[in-house]
Amino acid sequence: MKLSSKDVLGIKNLSVDEINLILDTAESFIEISTREIKKVPTLRGKTVINLFYEPSTRTRTSFEIAAKRLSADTISISATTSSVVKGETLIDTARNLEAMNPDIIVMRHSAAGAPHMLSRLIKQSIINAGDGAHEHPTQALLDMMTIKEKKGEIEGLKVAIIGDIAHSRVARSNIYGLTKMGADVTVAGPVTMMPRDIDKLGVKVHYHLKEAIKNVDIIMMLRIQLERQDDIIFPSLREYSNYYCLNAQNIKLAKDDVLVMHPGPINRGVEIAPDIADGPYSVILDQVTNGVAVRMALLYLLTGGKR
Amino acid sequence: MNILLKGGRIIDPSQNIDEKTDILVEEGKIAQIGQDIYKSTETDSAPKILNLEGKIVVPGLIDMHTHLREPGFEYKETIQTGCEAAVAGGFTSIACMPNTNPINDNRSVTELIRRQATQCNLANVYPIAAISKGSEGITLTEFGDLKDAGAVGFSDDGRPVMNSALMRRALEYASSLNIPIISHCEETNLSADGLMNEGIVSTELGLQGIPNIAEDIMVARDIAIADYTNTSVHIAHVSTAGSVRLIRKAKERGLEVTAETAPHYFSLTDEALMEYDTYAKVYPPLRSADDVTAIKEGLFDGTIDAIASDHAPHSLIEKDVEFEYAFSGMIGLETSLSLSLKLVADGNLTLDQLILKMSTNPAGILGIPKGTLKIGSDADITVIDTERKWTVDINKFRSKSKNSPFNGWNLKGMAVLTIAGGEIKYSV
Repeated sequence: MKLSSKDVLGIKNLSVDEINLILDTAESFIEISTREIKKVPTLRGKTVINLFYEPSTRTRTSFEIAAKRLSADTISISATTSSVVKGETLIDTARNLEAMNPDIIVMRHSAAGAPHMLSRLIKQSIINAGDGAHEHPTQALLDMMTIKEKKGEIEGLKVAIIGDIAHSRVARSNIYGLTKMGADVTVAGPVTMMPRDIDKLGVKVHYHLKEAIKNVDIIMMLRIQLERQDDIIFPSLREYSNYYCLNAQNIKLAKDDVLVMHPGPINRGVEIAPDIADGPYSVILDQVTNGVAVRMALLYLLTGGKR
Repeated sequence: MNILLKGGRIIDPSQNIDEKTDILVEEGKIAQIGQDIYKSTETDSAPKILNLEGKIVVPGLIDMHTHLREPGFEYKETIQTGCEAAVAGGFTSIACMPNTNPINDNRSVTELIRRQATQCNLANVYPIAAISKGSEGITLTEFGDLKDAGAVGFSDDGRPVMNSALMRRALEYASSLNIPIISHCEETNLSADGLMNEGIVSTELGLQGIPNIAEDIMVARDIAIADYTNTSVHIAHVSTAGSVRLIRKAKERGLEVTAETAPHYFSLTDEALMEYDTYAKVYPPLRSADDVTAIKEGLFDGTIDAIASDHAPHSLIEKDVEFEYAFSGMIGLETSLSLSLKLVADGNLTLDQLILKMSTNPAGILGIPKGTLKIGSDADITVIDTERKWTVDINKFRSKSKNSPFNGWNLKGMAVLTIAGGEIKYSV
């Protein structure tokens, strides 16, 4: 089986079979990262360009390591863009990169839809490494991989995603992915952080953390972006953490074997108490480990690899 | 040259005419209407005879809301190319918004536009001047002087008047001059940073939404001001069900509120943005299916008086970029009539109502002596073939810009002949 599209732009357009294919492939790559010589020749001679229009440590490093462990040549470009600063347009940049004939372009951009535009323009494969508040497919894939690894199956699990859903690409990709895989998904946060009509995506909506995490198998906390205060969507960090911080008390409402996840970077003490982030329920670092495997799987599958 | 338009179905809502008959155009005016009005034995100069069997003959169409971009943005459109697009779309008269560079807030810009239009000699061009100097929403422009120079209305289109006191004074001052204020209704605190309609589609796409209430609130405000000051107001590009309700109620109460909508607000929903198509990015944004239904009902029951394209040319430089950075607006002069004829074909509107909204009413709102085939009036005539099928091809547009989301659409019905001032300006 192969992926049906040349690109991975979002989870929305992936089928259940494709998600399973990626997760299974990723699982088989996990072991490579534990070897003493962490490198296989699979993608030797292939070129991967990381085109990052937004700062990123974790995702970019993860993609770089994934490519290198498969022996691909990687180049990382930090670019800046805005509507006001005149520079080379995205289209021109893309065409120039295309002319150098890479195999895969991994792209992060602050503007939703930017990778989609790129994918229409150039023949190479595009992997969306996060576009605005739209999608972050590799994050959702690594989250699903982690859930599968710890719980065996995704189907039937109760998952709560807590935080600023409106501005979260992680939330959107996970909503698409987890609902496709048969999980029972609840989103929660202040009303001001809920995008309009979110329930139409097949999720339950709660406005209080305590209701949302009752008896759940998985809690996914989202990072609160401090600059969002300017958008008048919450009064203060103090108020937010009073009501939406996952801590040792409220976590008791969830199932005893609950998994706590976070896409990072964490605001300790804001959305998650330090003892929870570092505690026994936390799989936050497993997520990071699996991130490399998921990205290896995508690079492999998009360059023609078959299982 | 004199012209005899023979055998067409003449629809002129201004005179309640809907019959198969002939029109004789002499010296740029409508000379006669009726059967057998020209006898070949007569000795005067023979008119050019056009056989229009099966065609619809109507008063020249009027697009009361366009952006011609000249002066200042000639790389997007010029008065010449805009007028070429207009007559190709069946429009004999167009009104152009003041957001040029410099802004049309003083006599010299108004005069420049009129002079250029006269030189082009295609469609009649009626400048709309700015409400406030620089469209900055602070002080009024010189309405009297601008009217004398040829402005037919005032609008800060694209830069909505947020200051309610200024809007009040504008409505009052304009009413004494009997000239309309055209209000772009948008509460900019609510629409700030918004890129598209707020709803399930914006939620899926992760794009900042513009709620319906950003429009509704300002429509309500303008109606309240018009009511209080006993003045009239024209609401531009209505896009929401809420606006339609508010305007309907205001009209029921006898207030002098008029309104227009654009073809994209009854032809497309926000689903058109699913692939981040920047050509479908427009302010106000494409709304939901419920809003589209309300707009159609508003057109049918007379709540919405006019259809205007809000023709807004932008170059590739401004559209071939990330969705967030793309300029808003779409061109419409060359698709407006065909998209509106679809309403007739679908039974949402009668042909008579359509002509009312695309000719008679805009003339009335702007107070211009157009939109009629009365004997003695300027011979501005549009001939429509309602059966002719065509496919929209942006590369064939006369407009200098190509930003239309309707590219590739198969449409039925189009203008096949456009006559302005008794001269044939366009024919298929």
